[in-house]
Amino acid sequence: MNSGDPVQPPRRVDRAGLVIAALLAALAAVLVFDSRGLPSTAMYGMGPEAMPVVIATGLALLAIGNFVEALRGNLPARESADPVPVVLILIGLALLIAIIGFGGGFILATSALFVTTSAAFGRRAILVDSVIALVMSTLIYLAFDRLLTLSLPAGPLERLL
Amino acid sequence: MDTFAALAHGMAVAVQPMNLLYALIGVFLGTAVGVLPGIGPALTVALLLPVTYKLDPGGSLIMFAGIYYGGMYGGSTTAILINTPGESASMATALEGNKMAKAGRGGPALATSAIGSFVAGTIATIGLAFLAPWLVDVAVRFGPEDYFALMCVAFVTVSATFGDSPIRGLTSLFIGLTLGLVGIDKLTGQARLAFGVPELLDGVEVTTLAVGLFAVGEALYVASRRHHTEEKLEPVRGSLWMTKEDWKRSWKPWLRGTMFGFPIGALPAGGAEIPTFLSYSTEKRLTKHPEEFGKGAIEGVAGPEAANNASAAGTLVPLLTLGLPTSATAAMMLAGFQQYGLNPGPLLFAERPDLVWGLIASLFIANMMLLVLNLPLVGLWVRLLAIPQPWLYAGILVFATMGTIAAKPSVVELSMLAGFGVLGFLMRRFDFPIAPVVVGLILGPIAESQLRRALAISLGDPMTLVQSPISATLLAVALVALLAPFVLKGLGRFKANED
Repeated sequence: MNSGDPVQPPRRVDRAGLVIAALLAALAAVLVFDSRGLPSTAMYGMGPEAMPVVIATGLALLAIGNFVEALRGNLPARESADPVPVVLILIGLALLIAIIGFGGGFILATSALFVTTSAAFGRRAILVDSVIALVMSTLIYLAFDRLLTLSLPAGPLERLL
Repeated sequence: MDTFAALAHGMAVAVQPMNLLYALIGVFLGTAVGVLPGIGPALTVALLLPVTYKLDPGGSLIMFAGIYYGGMYGGSTTAILINTPGESASMATALEGNKMAKAGRGGPALATSAIGSFVAGTIATIGLAFLAPWLVDVAVRFGPEDYFALMCVAFVTVSATFGDSPIRGLTSLFIGLTLGLVGIDKLTGQARLAFGVPELLDGVEVTTLAVGLFAVGEALYVASRRHHTEEKLEPVRGSLWMTKEDWKRSWKPWLRGTMFGFPIGALPAGGAEIPTFLSYSTEKRLTKHPEEFGKGAIEGVAGPEAANNASAAGTLVPLLTLGLPTSATAAMMLAGFQQYGLNPGPLLFAERPDLVWGLIASLFIANMMLLVLNLPLVGLWVRLLAIPQPWLYAGILVFATMGTIAAKPSVVELSMLAGFGVLGFLMRRFDFPIAPVVVGLILGPIAESQLRRALAISLGDPMTLVQSPISATLLAVALVALLAPFVLKGLGRFKANED
């Protein structure tokens, strides 16, 4: 759907807009597919399977709307974006999830996120940032885990405290 | 007279020392977080929700009131001093306020915004206290079909009527509605869109969505276009105080801003953008100093700031009386209520008057505290603004993920947070509004169950939706609000925006 389109519009076709339209259509399809597995239990009125179909219809209409907008090139202008920092932050989030998932604890996980985000925003002093991150997340851990008694996941570092 | 008694009772709740302390902490934290660039009041509330997990509902809602007003005040400080409005409602403030700060009049700009917010907040809270019981009387007569119709109005106005593009607004809303479907259906126990993942059975957490969209999304977006902008922090030079002339030029805009802000905020119309811009253009028209507009006119700060605050108090009217959030911030407040199993609406006024009126009274107190705290503390807030960007956003992300980790330390939940972050980034990049997603998620399931209840009562007859006069009127309003932007666009009214 997002590849070359034979229609020749007056303005440039917005590729990204076509992808958005395709994604909305796909989401509508997922909704319909999922709702077909639901039994209709309601004696009167709507069962649980009705609303997903209504929303899927809306999504499908909006997919068409977005598709038309994209063909006309009606999307607002975008500035160039630098993918490197975005990827760096996403790596940071992935690290955080992995460390939490493998029981590495709150302090290590958030420190990893802190350092990668800071690097994404142009800092190159990774060692300094690591120290700052460790101190800050330890303080947060103590404040929230001990003072507010919220349970944050504990790993090797937390057990030392 | 009833209102006075209820309010007096609320005051008695609010001035208990512990509750005063909660309000103080709320105001302080709200301002401290809200002052950080790029963080609007909705995110401030979302980020600080976990702090209130362990408090009793009364105390936590009072803290919320403080966070709410504090976040708003912090946002305008940022708008004035570094010209990065955290939300579109602060845009008018940034326009004139930042110019004033550049001209060395940052102090009076901050002062007029603080005092204006106080005046507007106080008047609007009085309005809330008097309007709420009346609306509650109306709302108890609402049947499920009327509620459903009312929510349709809110859906349309929040997403389509007032945005730049109704198609993009509605797209955001439907993404939110889709997310609202995830999990176990409350009426039948069937799992929808869970794909066999046990964590999804509980549905999508509003806080996870809001923090992902607002905080993670914003950080990704700012990082992606870091090479475009250079933020400049204006130092606060000269006197903090307003001159006699400043007072003379400010008090009318404060009152006019309040008049715009409160009614528009109280209607389920969503957002404070309209009243702030109305106020800005009105002041521009009425001023005796038209030459100063665009160069730092104090009226251009006083009016919109008052309008912004008044409309914030206004959005509490539908939220408290009908359970209807009409802005992202109000949706977060509703999430705060729900975390204690409380559902705002007419029943809450009857069942927990101490809670509701304590909250309303706390709004007065929070407002007062802001005025007393913020002007003296402005030096501290300025120092917060000077945190280098890498540490600032790294810190924001740590706090953002901490909320989720504290609530549900699971890989699935954190992955959803990251996924919503990417969604928020893409929506910012392609100019889709964010608030409708949050409103759709929180209001969608409520609207669905009201509709299904209405249809079950009518034995499946859909005509029930138009047989109730209230519901029929509201559905007609929703239809007009949905079609208006398309029709008006055809007439060329938004042509200037389009091309």
